[in-house]
Amino acid sequence: MTGRASAGGPSAPGPTDAVPTAAGSAPPSAAAGPGAVVLSAAPARAARRADRHTSRPAGWGAGPLSARAVDAVGLEARAADLAGRSLKKATKGAALDLAVRCTDFTTLEGTDTPGKIVQLCAKARRPDPDDPTVPAVAAVCVYPEGVPVAVGELAGTGIKVASVAGAFPAGLGPLAARLEEIRWVVDQGADEVDMVLNRAAFLSGDYRRAFDEIAESKQAAGAAHLKVILETGELGSYDQVRRASALAMAAGADFIKTSTGKIGTSATLPVALCMGEAIREHAERTGRPVGLKVAGGVRTSKQAWQYLVVVYETLGPEWMTPERFRIGASSLLNDLLMQIRMQRTGVYPSPDDFTND
Amino acid sequence: MADKRPVPDKPPTTKRARAAAPAAPAAPTPPPAPLEAPGGGRLEVRKTYKLFIGGEFPRSESGRSYKAEGVWAARASRKDLRDAVRTARAAADGWAARTAYNRGQILYRVAEVLEGRRAQFVDEGATGAEVAAAVDRWVWYAGWADKIQQVAGTVNPVAGPYFDFTMPEPVGVVGLAAPAPGLLGVVSRLAPVLVGGNVAVVVAAEASPRAAVTLAEVLATSDLPGGTVAILTGLASELLPWMAAHRDVDAVDLAGAPAELVPALEAAAADSVKRVVRPLDPLAESPYEILAFQEMKTVWHPVGR
Amino acid sequence: MAGDGPFKLDYAPSREGTDIVTIEPRNRLFIGGELVEPRSGRWLTTLNPATEELLAEFADGGADDVDAAVAAARRAYGSWHRRPGRERAKFLYRIARQLQERAREFAVLETMDGGKPIKESRDVDIPLAAAHFFYYAGWADKLDYAFAGRRAAPIGVAAQIIPWNFPLLMAAWKIAPALATGNTVVLKPAETTPLSALLLAEVLAEADLPPGVVNVVTGGPATGAALVGHPDVDKVAFTGSTEVGKQIQRALAGRPTRLTLELGGKAANIVFDDAALDQAVEGVVNGIYFNQGHVCCAGSRLLVQEPVLDELLDKLKARLSTLRLGDPLDKNTDIGAINSRAQLDKITELVAAGVEEGGQLYQPACTLPERGYWFRPTVLTGVTQSHRVAREEIFGPVLSVLSFRTAEEAVAKANNTPYGLSAGVWTEKGSKILWMAARLKAGVVWANTFNRFDPASPFGGYKESGFGREGGVHGLAPYVRLEGDNRG
Repeated sequence: MTGRASAGGPSAPGPTDAVPTAAGSAPPSAAAGPGAVVLSAAPARAARRADRHTSRPAGWGAGPLSARAVDAVGLEARAADLAGRSLKKATKGAALDLAVRCTDFTTLEGTDTPGKIVQLCAKARRPDPDDPTVPAVAAVCVYPEGVPVAVGELAGTGIKVASVAGAFPAGLGPLAARLEEIRWVVDQGADEVDMVLNRAAFLSGDYRRAFDEIAESKQAAGAAHLKVILETGELGSYDQVRRASALAMAAGADFIKTSTGKIGTSATLPVALCMGEAIREHAERTGRPVGLKVAGGVRTSKQAWQYLVVVYETLGPEWMTPERFRIGASSLLNDLLMQIRMQRTGVYPSPDDFTND
Repeated sequence: MADKRPVPDKPPTTKRARAAAPAAPAAPTPPPAPLEAPGGGRLEVRKTYKLFIGGEFPRSESGRSYKAEGVWAARASRKDLRDAVRTARAAADGWAARTAYNRGQILYRVAEVLEGRRAQFVDEGATGAEVAAAVDRWVWYAGWADKIQQVAGTVNPVAGPYFDFTMPEPVGVVGLAAPAPGLLGVVSRLAPVLVGGNVAVVVAAEASPRAAVTLAEVLATSDLPGGTVAILTGLASELLPWMAAHRDVDAVDLAGAPAELVPALEAAAADSVKRVVRPLDPLAESPYEILAFQEMKTVWHPVGR
Repeated sequence: MAGDGPFKLDYAPSREGTDIVTIEPRNRLFIGGELVEPRSGRWLTTLNPATEELLAEFADGGADDVDAAVAAARRAYGSWHRRPGRERAKFLYRIARQLQERAREFAVLETMDGGKPIKESRDVDIPLAAAHFFYYAGWADKLDYAFAGRRAAPIGVAAQIIPWNFPLLMAAWKIAPALATGNTVVLKPAETTPLSALLLAEVLAEADLPPGVVNVVTGGPATGAALVGHPDVDKVAFTGSTEVGKQIQRALAGRPTRLTLELGGKAANIVFDDAALDQAVEGVVNGIYFNQGHVCCAGSRLLVQEPVLDELLDKLKARLSTLRLGDPLDKNTDIGAINSRAQLDKITELVAAGVEEGGQLYQPACTLPERGYWFRPTVLTGVTQSHRVAREEIFGPVLSVLSFRTAEEAVAKANNTPYGLSAGVWTEKGSKILWMAARLKAGVVWANTFNRFDPASPFGGYKESGFGREGGVHGLAPYVRLEGDNRG
């Protein structure tokens, strides 16, 4: 049975809606803050919730985690202001280099044959065959079947193999199968797992279920690092994005990621800013830094360094590293290479100067 | 086609303008002598008078045309009308969502382009006075974009702790039977519809299609988004009944509808409770012509801690 | 490049070029459609406050120059006010469009003369100025609809005195409604920022505005006083300090001259514990550091509900450390130069008083350029109502922080000032916004935003922040005589 989060609570959720704690024996006190949903459930229900709860990462369970309200107009204005920053020429080069180093070079198509994965890995290792100073990417991102091929191609290179897992992209298969898929890809050598938030649970208010699934996925991933895709284009508001970010981080996500890239709306600067603010607050409360991955729709170098600026201004220089920032993309890489070439030679290159893998 | 009469240049008065004024050009080589037309004079390239739908100029899907004002103009079919309504609906939300200031700017730009084509309109049958009046009227309406709300909107002092306000909103897609004369008639009915945030499907006056098509060219070269206005030429009896019955048209303006058609058109409009507008004076100029195509939305919000 | 160590994102000195601007070394008065030498024979200088470099000389208009300007305005009034509204509209539309065409030139000039960041002059000042002309152009031929049951007629010659914080924008706020309603104008720009008004005069001439409809007389305080005291002026509009506003009101006592005043403020920016806190921080920062705090409606008093006081201050201080202070012509600059040495001294003195009275001072570490007038963005915490920094207008980038417990207390504190220009309210609860708005004694209440201006939105103060409104249909009222008007 599904434990509904707002069982027995009084009013309609307010802006500082409390995401429910894992119920211990007593419901959390009303000192949660104004508008908090109080879980004053009957003991039997509380016991059922306690049964379903599994591991409890830091930052959760000390009290209700209230999700901060977000003013959309103010957020978008701030993001627009940051988008207008222009980078010093010297820094542009370093920023482009960083963007390559933070790229999760991705292919997620039904047509991904082993041959295609091999090509992808070759480009990942040496994005610009004519320029050995261009660094390798952070990771390749593939479907589970691509993992063994990628692991073979990238052994010893330091490039990570990330796999989507957990009934990507909708995430609505049976939980056992989703967890098994995660275990399988990690077994095959994947270093990183990209899973999706259960939006059906989240958008129906079943935060408990959404939380538990992430916590259990984290367990299943073992030593591999776990990215949780929020699919922000489906969440409907920045308030929801903030709430989903807080939930995913409290449940143990190592990275929170904007999108699957499989629906119309993908990463935007305001969404990245919103998630960045959530990450900042989580780090301040718990001391644990979580990474940000923007994915979907990032095609140009200009967009890439706009995201870098947003992350830099919100989270600071400590996040300017592939350990804490990634861009999931495919066509972006060639645009980055074009810009790098342009910086070096002073001449606008043609797309034909680069490989199409 | 007559050359556009050049406006004489004012001598630059300011230092900056003088610096920017170009040097006199070198004398050009003379063009080759024009081919002689049978009656003497240059052979001109004749215009095709097409429809304006979704920002483009298609012919009628029916392949028909009709003769008016000495030229063949496209004879729009009910399917053309259907397509026009579809593109208008697609443009409706975007046009309504723009800021009032933005709409005012775009409509002012239309006036700039309209002014620039005065000679062309005269060639297409308008009088100079009519064109001047049309430009001035368009400018007048453009200025209402960010003011009509302050005149028609209200804050309502309800007897309770509520903030209560009423604001005008565009009705949506307006079907417009344009009255004569060719240019001033369309402008007088179209400008208030647009400035209020609506989109329009215009059925041009049957007897004078040329000015309407020329206006379409003006709209196409201004910053008006494609689909915001469609202009169809053709037979009133063939088009207006379909327009009045179309359930995705929110309001109809029957200014240019032949009198004998009006009762049937109004009856057809009743099927979807369309707002029907029948001006006594189709050339009236007033903010009430804008309000005829506005809904009034009232919002309540409690005031309290 | 690639490697260990914290990555530093360096923003380019993305410097706007100044070649687009041509500054006359000697700037004469603009009277009767012509540039004329000052009869006073006196000249003043204007500097770039970011570099202290001399920009230009400009005329210091004396009583005779003011007289000539008023006479020119009176002569022009005869035919100007008889023109159909449609024609007045067309002139104003031309001016609006020209401002849009020459936007970059005006923005650079404004930044050079006044010290504000190019980002602001480009994105706020100049576009709003053009929009103001555009908006009021549309009213010129629609006055019959603006006043229920009353026909509107112009007043006559309007004397308009404007400040240095938004030079071009203030000129637009004054000239546009005056001209739309059929009046003629003598404009007196501020002493430290005369240049954009003179460039505007060029635009007016190119628009073929009839000579004398707008006249520009530059100079110092005495020029303004001469203008206010001139017997043939029918209306005075003043934006500036409350102190000078009171002088003007006294000077006009017993005379039929119409008057509007837009004076100082000490706005409360009120943050509740249920606010969208990260956006509230942006709003607080914008409220006091936009234009270096040289804003009459600046949110200079931050009132924070106690439960979120610490968190908000932490976020605020962190955000302050990302503000970029420096060359106003750099597109990445957030905080520009203080407008003058005099203003800088005033700010310094008040902040010192604040610290002496017991406030704790916080300023982010930022290098100040060697030349020019600069003040770091400042926060004073532990401030109470009785402190000078909570009562006096500083007109600089200095925020005083106080706390409150209940909404009533916030209202009481916010209203506890002779000023009443603006206020900010930050809460996600709609009914509370409206409850607060109903009780705040301020002409403009911003909810979940701050420093938002629009030509359609009336702006003006309560109490000692002045009277009269600028913007919107209400902004026409100060410039018309209504048939059957009962005012003495």
